[in-house]
Formats: sequence, structure tokens, C-alpha cells
Amino acid sequence: MNLNPSENLIDTATENLPGPAVSEKPGSPELATKIETRDLNFFYGPMQALFGISIKIAERSVTALIGPSGCGKSTFLRTINRMNDIIEGTRITGTVYLENESIYDPQVDVVELRKKVGMVFQKSNPFPKTIFDNVAYGPRVTGIKNKNELEEIVERSLKQSAIWDEVKDRLNSSALALSGGQQQRLCIARTLATNPEVILMDEPASALDPGSTSRIEDLIYKLKQEYTIVIVTHNMQQAARVSDSTAFFYQGELIEFGLTETLFRSPREKKTEDYITGRFG
Amino acid sequence: MPVHLTRDLDNLHRSLMTMCTMVEELIHDSVNMLEVPDQEQARKLAERDREIDEYDVRIEEECLKILALHQPVAIDLRRITTVMKISGELERIADLAVHIAERSCSLGNNPKMQVPKKVQEMAKHAVTMIRESIDAYVNLDTALARKVCREDDIVDDLNRQLIRTLSLQMSKSPELVDPSLHLFSATRHIERVADHATNIAEDVIYLVEGEIVRHRSPLD
Repeated sequence: MNLNPSENLIDTATENLPGPAVSEKPGSPELATKIETRDLNFFYGPMQALFGISIKIAERSVTALIGPSGCGKSTFLRTINRMNDIIEGTRITGTVYLENESIYDPQVDVVELRKKVGMVFQKSNPFPKTIFDNVAYGPRVTGIKNKNELEEIVERSLKQSAIWDEVKDRLNSSALALSGGQQQRLCIARTLATNPEVILMDEPASALDPGSTSRIEDLIYKLKQEYTIVIVTHNMQQAARVSDSTAFFYQGELIEFGLTETLFRSPREKKTEDYITGRFG
Repeated sequence: MPVHLTRDLDNLHRSLMTMCTMVEELIHDSVNMLEVPDQEQARKLAERDREIDEYDVRIEEECLKILALHQPVAIDLRRITTVMKISGELERIADLAVHIAERSCSLGNNPKMQVPKKVQEMAKHAVTMIRESIDAYVNLDTALARKVCREDDIVDDLNRQLIRTLSLQMSKSPELVDPSLHLFSATRHIERVADHATNIAEDVIYLVEGEIVRHRSPLD
């Protein structure tokens, strides 16, 4: 499914760039709920893809969504920033809250929502522009023109996404000349430039070599100090390594949701166990 | 389930089962020697113990290989860690079997020195506990595992009774102090054998239920 046309929507920026709020215990149970869904159902035309999903995702934590292909995990991920809206014939019932705001309420500005909830895709998709312009794209769209301010945002975003040292001397080179792993970190920087609260990642490292994958995973660990991250991954070890909580989806249902270390050691449900041990899927 | 992991787990299971059989036979022969001490037999037991040590190392290596190559999770992860621990427990039981055999050979031949009947009763309980804990592992039977944990109390109680008997014997007949101390050590070893069987049973409960019940009553 090609979601590229909507990219611009999530790369737009806010003008305010407040400093990070770092939790001493990121991902711990006492953290407040950032995202909550209640009895969420989703339909692609006549086909129901999600069945009554109710889940609470803690702020400043990493939540991994796992499950076999077609289980609804990516669909669920896209409900969090209403990316599914752009697919014709889709329908949703139930509620998705971002903090206390019901994001499917008619008065919600979807563009504003996608500023708060950024997204990183499986395939890195930098614009055919310079490295600088890629990161500055979102802030510029929202009207930031001041060169110093833009430079500051670009530097901060590239530093946050752990790619600054590799590109600081060639900010005016084409982003397409970067390696796959660097392009993906650039896309993360582009998402961060809009100062989101939540970052959704749809298999962000599945096309990368082990070294680049490791850098993305280190980055996820660092970013959760400030952001709430929800990641779809087919790589079970990656889910186990990077996430605080894991949700297992199967045939559109949320089968099990819990602390990652518990789920991978002693899952409650037989289906979860069979999936994570490779007995099916 | 990936075929390579299945194959490696099958091999591991076979190695552990062989080790179980060797240890069961060793402890059985060892406690029999409390009635019929035999120096030559004790020496042979020590040789068999060395073979069991090799199995312990081999099983640990197999487990480490599986962890490194397959990165198992959930039941497979619990299986590997349980096998590693059971192998360690069996290795310790085999050591104790050798110690029991050595003690039996040191009892001497003073006709006044009688091995109390409770020693064999206690040994029989301990050997049964090992067999049952292994059966619990093979059949993933947590009810049997919990039964083994309960039986440990019986062995502990018999051990206390034997300590009293031997203390009395030593105070009445000073010439029996030396053989009584050897017997006292042997019963302590048997009591430890039962503890290791209990540990195996607790590992089985973890394997099946995913809950660590060690250091709290597994019967809760």
C-alpha cells in the first residue's frame, strides 16, 4: 500500500520547540497514558481488519506491535495518526485518544494531529533535495523562514537522530547520496524537526544491515526519553530488544499486551507463545 | 517451529535423558552400599561420576549453542534454562552419590555398629524423589513436581530423627563415635540429594507455568 502521498502531512512543523522532558523511569508502569484506544474496529470496505482493540500506551515508552502479516498491526498503527483516512472506503468505530483528545472527533484538525504524531516508514523516503532541505521542509511549511532558526532546528534534529557527525560537513549534498541506514535516520530527523509527541515506526529497520539496524535501535532507546514510540516490527528479537511493552495481534484482534520481558519469557496466551516461538506465522 | 531448533532440542532432550538414567543408577547403587559396603564398587562409582561430569559439560555447551544460534523465547527459552539447571542438579546428585559410597566404606566392621533402618527408608524416599522429579520433567507434570516438593519434608524429618538416634548412640557408646559420624555425614548427603530433587521439581514448575517458585512454597 503506497502511503507516500500523505507524507507531507506528517512532516509539517510547529514553531514552538520546547525542551525535552526526561523521565527517570521511561517505560515504567507509573507513566501516564499517552495513547488509548477503546473498542476500536476498522474496516476496509466490507472487510473488518481490527476487532474491538482496547489498549493503553504509556508516554515516553516504546511499544512494539508484533504479529503475522495481515494481522492488523500496521492498520492499527495508522489509526493513531489517521493515516488510514486517505484510503478510500475505510470506516472506523470506537475511540482513539491522544492524551484526553478523541482524535476522530469532527473538530480535530488532522494536519495538526499529524504534527503531534509523526511517522517513519519501512522504506526510507527522503525528498530529492539536500540533507538540510529535507529536515527543514516541515518547519518551512509551517512558516519558519528565519535562517538561524532553521539551522538550529536542523542541527538539533540531526543530532537527536544520531546522524549529525556523519553529515554536518555536507548538509548541502543530496539526501539520496546517503546510505540506506543514513537515509532512514535522516527521515527520523525530518520527523523530529516538526517536534512531535508520538513517533510511529512501521518496520523502520527491516531493509537495513545489522550495523544500521543497531544504530536505529540505539536511537529508539534514546528517543524514548522524550517521545512516545510505537513500532511495528517483524523482527522478534528487535521487538524484544527495543520495546518496553509488546502487543501481539492476530487476525485483527489484540491477543496479548504486556511488558516485553514477560511476554517473551512467559506469555499468557498459547497463540502468543506459538507465534513468538515460530510454531506458526 | 523451525526445523533446526526442533532438531537441536531433540538432541538436547536425549542427552539429558541419558544423564538422568546414569544418575538414577548411580544413586541407587550408592545407597545400597550403606548395607553392603564395597571399596571396589565405590571406586567404580567415582569413575561413573566422571562420565556424568562430562555429560554436564556437554549439555551446557549444547544449551549455549542453542541460545546463541536460535535466540529462543517463551517455552523454548524456559526449556533451555531448565535443562541447564537440571543438568547441574544431576551433576551434584552424582557427586553426593560418590560421597555416600565413600562414607559407607568408612563405617568399619564393629559388630555393635548397626545402620538404623530409617537410613534406608530415607534413602528410598530421596531416590524416589529423583525419579519422580525426572518423570515430572518428561511429562511436564506439575502435580507430580509439587508432590516431590512436599516429600522433601518427609526426608528432612527422617534426617532429624536419625541425628537424634546417632547422637544417642555416640553418647552411649564412645567407641561408635567414628562410624556414627561417617553415617551422620551419609545421611546429610542423602538429605542434600532430596534437596536437589526438589530443585529439579521447582525447575519443572517454572518450565511449565513460567513462575519461579524457588524460595517460596511451590505449593501455594
